[in-house]
Amino acid sequence: METFLEEVNKKIHGVPLQACYHCRKCTAGCPAASYMEFNPNKVIKMIQNGQKDRVLSSSTIWLCLSCETCITRCPNQVDIARMMDVLRQMAIEEGRAAKEANVLKFHEAFLSSIKFGGRVHEMLMTVHYKLKSGDLFGDVDIAPSMFLKGKLSLLPPRTKDLKSVRNIFEKTQSK
Amino acid sequence: MKVTYYPGCSLHGMGKEYDQSMKAVSRALNIELKEVDDWSCCGASAAHNTNFDLSVALPARNLIAAEKDAMDVMVPCAACFNRFKMAEHHLKADKDLKARIEGVLGAKYQGGIAIRNPIDVIYNEIGMDALAAKVVKPMTGLKPVSYYGCLLLRPPEVCQFENYENPFMLDKIMRTIGADVKNWSYKTDCCGGSLSVSKTPIVTNLCDKLMAAAKEAGANCVVTACPMCMANLEMRPSANMKMPVFYFTELISLALGLPGSQETFKTHLTDPQPLLNQLRLV
Repeated sequence: METFLEEVNKKIHGVPLQACYHCRKCTAGCPAASYMEFNPNKVIKMIQNGQKDRVLSSSTIWLCLSCETCITRCPNQVDIARMMDVLRQMAIEEGRAAKEANVLKFHEAFLSSIKFGGRVHEMLMTVHYKLKSGDLFGDVDIAPSMFLKGKLSLLPPRTKDLKSVRNIFEKTQSK
Repeated sequence: MKVTYYPGCSLHGMGKEYDQSMKAVSRALNIELKEVDDWSCCGASAAHNTNFDLSVALPARNLIAAEKDAMDVMVPCAACFNRFKMAEHHLKADKDLKARIEGVLGAKYQGGIAIRNPIDVIYNEIGMDALAAKVVKPMTGLKPVSYYGCLLLRPPEVCQFENYENPFMLDKIMRTIGADVKNWSYKTDCCGGSLSVSKTPIVTNLCDKLMAAAKEAGANCVVTACPMCMANLEMRPSANMKMPVFYFTELISLALGLPGSQETFKTHLTDPQPLLNQLRLV
């Protein structure tokens, strides 16, 4: 059977995580490290140790901002940003509850908006997110001024060939 | 020069000031824009966080549409630019993936056009001499820090932006239009844009750190080329930390005295007009 490390390496499809010598440059440069359950380099160690459950159910994978500072500074070109994408996708595929549920709900609302119109409509997307997350009062103070300034358009934008966009979603659904 | 133009969702929504000023500046600098036919969303953070193939296929649909015009495609939004470059990178590096994505889209990806952001186009194609020659109102008294953020620069071998730890093109553009650009160490630090809605308290801390550093550097405003950074830096800092944030194209438009150049300042969430009035720039 494939180990957790082998599984992650295969999906990263690049430099294997064994190349990490734990210099901690990724963690030193990570703007979100201090909010994470485990630092980025610790996640690599945990994957090497086969701690799949702890990694995939941690907050770390959802608090990664995808700023790509880690891969930029890694002396061994270990693609930690891609690793975080892989871990999030594994958690989703396995149907695990996201430790930071609203982060995933926001992504889902965003993707629904693309599926709906081919382009994102910020207001509908935000309403959708609020209904999913239950975070009904966040930003209610900002919304009216945005609306008055004409920053929120009422009419959802549309890609004409919507079928081609929806087809992408259908065909890339993970098996 | 003529380029294909991919505005992306933000530039037709929250970031419309960027779209308006980009078009005005392009006209003035003789960059002819031809919009990508029937474009769709690039998928942004939501796609690459949740589904790799989707995150390549969504931008690939637009790249293939842009290829029909056989010109460089200019992508002002830093997030779209990053997703386009990332898709190009993966499609060129991985033949199996390319075949898979072409199967999804029912079309061939050639990879023959360059993906460019407007900082690069204005700096390298138009040039600072040509820009300087068109300035009618130098931005005297304006002290911006240039904020490049993440998505134009990283990962460096994908984005191919100059000096990814200490870039200077935006600084030079601002200096050319007469602004007193301040040096600072946070040019490429992340503002937390991707978690702006779902983890707001963390993002407020990140934005406060940036604003504090900008103030310490002696800046009276921030200049950006990213609609995510713009929305984030306007909305998320604590009330006492906010300062005006501009798209770099808005300031070029003002310096070139272009018609309608003051209109976009009215829709900012942090009002820049008191600063511009005080400096007699409007």
